[in-house]
Amino acid sequence: MAYDSFSGARMRHWLLAIVASFTGMLAMAAERPALKAGVFEPPAAAPGFSLPASTGGQQALANYREKVVLLGFGFTMCPEVCPTTLAVLAQARKRLGTQADQVQVLYVTVDPERDSAERMRAYLRGFDPTFVGLTGAPDELAIVRAQYGVEAERKNIGNSYSVAHSSSIYLIDRKGMLRAMMPYGRTPDDYVHDVRLLLNE
Amino acid sequence: MKRRARAWLWIPVMTGVVGVGWAAFAPVRVDTREKVFAIPEGTWARRRTGEDVEILPSQIRLTLGLQDVLLLKNRDTVPQTFGPALLMPGQNFRLPFEVASEYQFACTAHASGQMTVIVEPFPASPLARLGWRATRVIDSLRYPDTPT
Repeated sequence: MAYDSFSGARMRHWLLAIVASFTGMLAMAAERPALKAGVFEPPAAAPGFSLPASTGGQQALANYREKVVLLGFGFTMCPEVCPTTLAVLAQARKRLGTQADQVQVLYVTVDPERDSAERMRAYLRGFDPTFVGLTGAPDELAIVRAQYGVEAERKNIGNSYSVAHSSSIYLIDRKGMLRAMMPYGRTPDDYVHDVRLLLNE
Repeated sequence: MKRRARAWLWIPVMTGVVGVGWAAFAPVRVDTREKVFAIPEGTWARRRTGEDVEILPSQIRLTLGLQDVLLLKNRDTVPQTFGPALLMPGQNFRLPFEVASEYQFACTAHASGQMTVIVEPFPASPLARLGWRATRVIDSLRYPDTPT
């Protein structure tokens, strides 16, 4: 009898230990969702900015708190990388369905000489009318790029020029934390997966 | 006498055959799925004195399903641009890959301004396993300071 009760107690301890470790594993998984993008650990606050926007007036990053922000850097005359990335983001937003309203794409120009707010509005509308373009003074934009570790280098081509630039998209959560960076070339479904994870936190 | 000399010749041949057989048929495994590169503390100070400190090779090789996560760590006391990411002191950047391909990232640390990550498919066949092991040996010789 004594043996039975000892065995029962031990069994309960084991069961409790298994349940506790399983709960712990679930909690850890909940703390650190497996994003498909590259994840910053621990996350830091996304560097703030306020820039002239394609929607008119100034727009600050802080205005989009409570939304997941997908932040990219590029220019309207970009021949390949920007159109591809923006098309992927537009597709991802469509696939998000009712959750699309909780996502904001911000695109900061690396070519302020040519990219006025009006020009960016016309360009971005072709992908998704909700996308917001941001421009500004070259020095002001250089500071924003430096804060995110974005490279942009002007390359002269005959009488014109192009701009070689970083092509990743930054994922900022609803609390304004810089959570992840999606490299160029990922699919709309990768964005949908990660945005949903961030929205459901 | 000649026969004995010939017998000795067989030893390296047989050793080679066994070695290649093992490399082709033994299951591939690595200790962790993460390939880790870390900026040690004091790197910024060393660079400031003009020392050429290169931590990330311009080409990184990963294998899908085996070692397919790039983990970059900044252990220095200042923010550092490390490969494609700007990392705060003590921050990590964990980048998983799910598709075998060649990925280019802007990286000012290299003369080319680019860093390439080659993600190879899982070496499922004996020939692929042989190639995977040979590549790891070559990489360890070319980049002795890089974890394999």
